[in-house]
Amino acid sequence: MYSSLKDQGAVIDAVCWKGTLAKIDLKPEEGLEVICTGRISTFPQRSNYQLIVESMELAGEGALLKMLEERRKKLLAEGLFAPQRKRPIPFLPDVIGVVTSPTGAVIRDILHRLSDRFPRHVLVWPVLVQGEQAAAQVAAAIRGFQSLPAHGLPRPDVLIVARGGGSLEDLMGFNDEGVVRAIAESKIPVISAIGHETDTTLADYAADLRAPTPTGAAEMAVPVRAALAQQILEYEQRLASGMNRFLAESRHRLEARSAGLGDPARLLEAQVQRLDHLGDKLSGLFGRFIEVKRSALVEIAGALVRPQERLREAEKALSRWGEQLGAVGVKLLQDKDRDLKHAGKMLEAYSFENILQRGFAVVRDGEGALIMDAARAGGPGASIEVQFRNDGRLRAQVSGSVKGQKDAPLKKPVRDKEFGGGQTSLF
Amino acid sequence: MVKNAAIEALSFEEALGELETIVRTLETGQSPLEQSINAYERGIALKKHCETRLREAQAKIEKIMVGKDGNLSTQPLDESE
Repeated sequence: MYSSLKDQGAVIDAVCWKGTLAKIDLKPEEGLEVICTGRISTFPQRSNYQLIVESMELAGEGALLKMLEERRKKLLAEGLFAPQRKRPIPFLPDVIGVVTSPTGAVIRDILHRLSDRFPRHVLVWPVLVQGEQAAAQVAAAIRGFQSLPAHGLPRPDVLIVARGGGSLEDLMGFNDEGVVRAIAESKIPVISAIGHETDTTLADYAADLRAPTPTGAAEMAVPVRAALAQQILEYEQRLASGMNRFLAESRHRLEARSAGLGDPARLLEAQVQRLDHLGDKLSGLFGRFIEVKRSALVEIAGALVRPQERLREAEKALSRWGEQLGAVGVKLLQDKDRDLKHAGKMLEAYSFENILQRGFAVVRDGEGALIMDAARAGGPGASIEVQFRNDGRLRAQVSGSVKGQKDAPLKKPVRDKEFGGGQTSLF
Repeated sequence: MVKNAAIEALSFEEALGELETIVRTLETGQSPLEQSINAYERGIALKKHCETRLREAQAKIEKIMVGKDGNLSTQPLDESE
């Protein structure tokens, strides 16, 4: 870094090599009042003296505080200290991460107070808490804890960033912007305990909780185990006594209610008596009921006809009806016989009617027997009967035989509506 | 109050808070008998859970070592350093 240092009346060029610049706690900027220590050298080309800066610090506490105030305002404007960013500290963390020097009073105080209150698993991330490398190591440690769980290490539930008291310059590492940002970005809640209570670093502003001392940080990280055990014991006793009292009250209420119920045996007595009374009434009523029914039965039974009598009457009726039936049967047979005969005649008459309709005639002899051959008609003078259609009949006498087959006998018509006899022979 | 939650899954603080609620409820004596008995049983279970968490209090102090490859390891912290 090439720059110029000036006071009210003079100016000198100053050179700060990169290695030196890295070791300087402050960030040199325009207008900063500083005290520089170094050696004078010359730059031959320009015939100038120049100061090779070996250390640089702010001139006076006022200037340092002014710079810190400006940085605070800048980070505040970014919202890094906003209350809504604060994460709650867990009530009982299983693992506590501590970022501090592994030696010295600070870590001892923290560990002692933790073991007094509630022994826990503590992971210490050792860092330098003073000097040029302090800020970078603290920031790296806070970020390193975010990468857990890894490498078999558990993730802490809370972080403590601690340093003992010291001058403003001693605490400058905790005013570093990198440390402030690492704390603000931490996903794990951070308790800060830097310097004494009166010293406030920018890291304290960014932390989720600020402890006045390292011991105070341990107290904020864990509750007192014995007190919790006592509290649990108290709850247990209250639970038991509350339950007992509740049960006692319930029993008392139950007894009060059951007293109001009265003596069940006495209640029963009244009911038994009532039952007996009703039973008596019932049996008397039942006897009367039976009596009524019995007399009704006798009455009805008297009206009943004996079955033998009914049987005899039925037999009588049967024989009477039997006789009548016999008489009817005979008559019925006679009628049917007559009808049958008539029907037979009708059937015979109609059996050849169709042939008669076509102009043929039936010739019968005097006995009514059919004459099928002329020779059977008898000699001249024999009486024959000729039947035409529609039962038209003529009586005729044979006058003689004719040569050839087609000689009709002389007919002498005689109307006769009556059937000839002997026709029953057809049946 | 987280009702019916598995007690094993509760943090110490949650368990203690619920135990306190149960104690207060039971002390009023306003709940029906069955509910009170259930609350009592859960209270006892919560108390056991809290006690177990308290018994787990064991100090283990380790110092983190950052390896050259960035790997982390631990060793017991010697406070007398």
